[in-house]
Amino acid sequence: MTKYAFYPGCSLETGGIEYGMSSQAVAKALGIELLEVPDWNCCGASSAHMTDHLLSLALPARILALAETLPVTEIVAPCAACHARFAAVEYELGRDEELKQKVNSLLERPYTGKVKLRYYLDIFSNPETLSEIEKKVKRPLKGLKVACYYGCLFVKPPKIVNFVDDPEDPQSMDNIIRALGAEPVQWPYKTECCGASLGVTLEDHCTKLCNDILRFARDSGADCIVAACPLCQANLDMRQVTVEKKYGVSYRMPIPFFTQLIGLALGLDPKTLGFPKLFVDPVGMLKKVGVA
Amino acid sequence: MGEVNLSQVMDRNRSFVDRVIEESGQDIRQCYQCAKCSGGCPGSSAMDYPPNQIIRMLMLGMKEEVLKSHTIWVCMGCNTCTTRCIRDIQVAAVMDTLRQEAVRAGYVDKAKLVLSFNESFLWTVRTFGRLFEPGMAMMNNLKTGNFMKDMQFGLPLMLKGKASMFPHRIKGRREMKKIFDQVRGGK
Repeated sequence: MTKYAFYPGCSLETGGIEYGMSSQAVAKALGIELLEVPDWNCCGASSAHMTDHLLSLALPARILALAETLPVTEIVAPCAACHARFAAVEYELGRDEELKQKVNSLLERPYTGKVKLRYYLDIFSNPETLSEIEKKVKRPLKGLKVACYYGCLFVKPPKIVNFVDDPEDPQSMDNIIRALGAEPVQWPYKTECCGASLGVTLEDHCTKLCNDILRFARDSGADCIVAACPLCQANLDMRQVTVEKKYGVSYRMPIPFFTQLIGLALGLDPKTLGFPKLFVDPVGMLKKVGVA
Repeated sequence: MGEVNLSQVMDRNRSFVDRVIEESGQDIRQCYQCAKCSGGCPGSSAMDYPPNQIIRMLMLGMKEEVLKSHTIWVCMGCNTCTTRCIRDIQVAAVMDTLRQEAVRAGYVDKAKLVLSFNESFLWTVRTFGRLFEPGMAMMNNLKTGNFMKDMQFGLPLMLKGKASMFPHRIKGRREMKKIFDQVRGGK
């Protein structure tokens, strides 16, 4: 059984709870073990890296150090912001011994770098797991058109965050969606920014960015936008009603996570996968693939 | 921006520019103004100076103009600029350093909303170990005086089981406090 250290991050237990639920359900169905990092803390996200460089490294380094207590060689973070913070630790502490010692002096358990960061999409889109998924598909998502939305921080900047996907036109999620029997649409906003925390601090601009993403997805013929990051998902899903009001449009575009679609194709119960937790009602999309 | 005597500002602010280069680890002097960073920037339409201009102003030593700019607080750190920079400058990392420098120098007029968000966010992380969104939202709204901001989402989030009334407290709270106490800006 393949094992990974699993860092849910704060979102997967709150706003992105359906991402956490579907991740665990799908991993179980595929024989992947996700071991939660014990007593994990928040990675600090952009609030920490805007505030203090050392803080922005020490918070994720504590998590990576705790992951080193688990019987694993790799860690995954389903949230793109958390992923980017882990990548920053590996990149910066990996090439600066002095900085590493400085960060470690703040921690009770030192970070050694022995557990490596793995790109979350890649634990499903690597060739072996992908053929495993293809074999286990019970309910092919035939006819479903999907806009794969990777967000920024899983793929940018490529020198730091991952070495698997193209930062401008990534393919790993597209490959997963194809394996499920659905059709990924060609669209230009795969890695455009959703506005992130500008939803709180400069809402008008965040609304504009989300409107651009939703409009392009709709115009590309997508039935849904599939997300890989809980903050992107929350902006597009929860704030979609704000976008519609401001721009006088109606999208009603469901924003499921990619793990929810994998689960659906594997024949798992939509409830177990957290579909009722989505703000924009996914029932039309589910009907299209013969569920509900 | 009024008239600027460039040789004077550079003489006055050379140490500031050197510190930005040192802290960010980015040699901005490599920039040759291709402006790819600004072309792809999702925030540029809300900025007063696009990112390439900020870099140019930095090279010229225009400390006050850069630190007082709206730009550094609109940047979301999406790293599109960093990804596309032909001269290998991590532009988003420079923006992080500039935000920290602006706070240090007291240029916070345009940053009130971002700073109160960051402070509220980090306060919950320092106290509980994890982000506690209802606490963050309430503290942020009190700080900004915008009491009803996003409150329409509160009840639906609770009903969907996406927000809890009570924070989860990690065991390592003492260690968290120690980390925050020992870094700058970690109050």
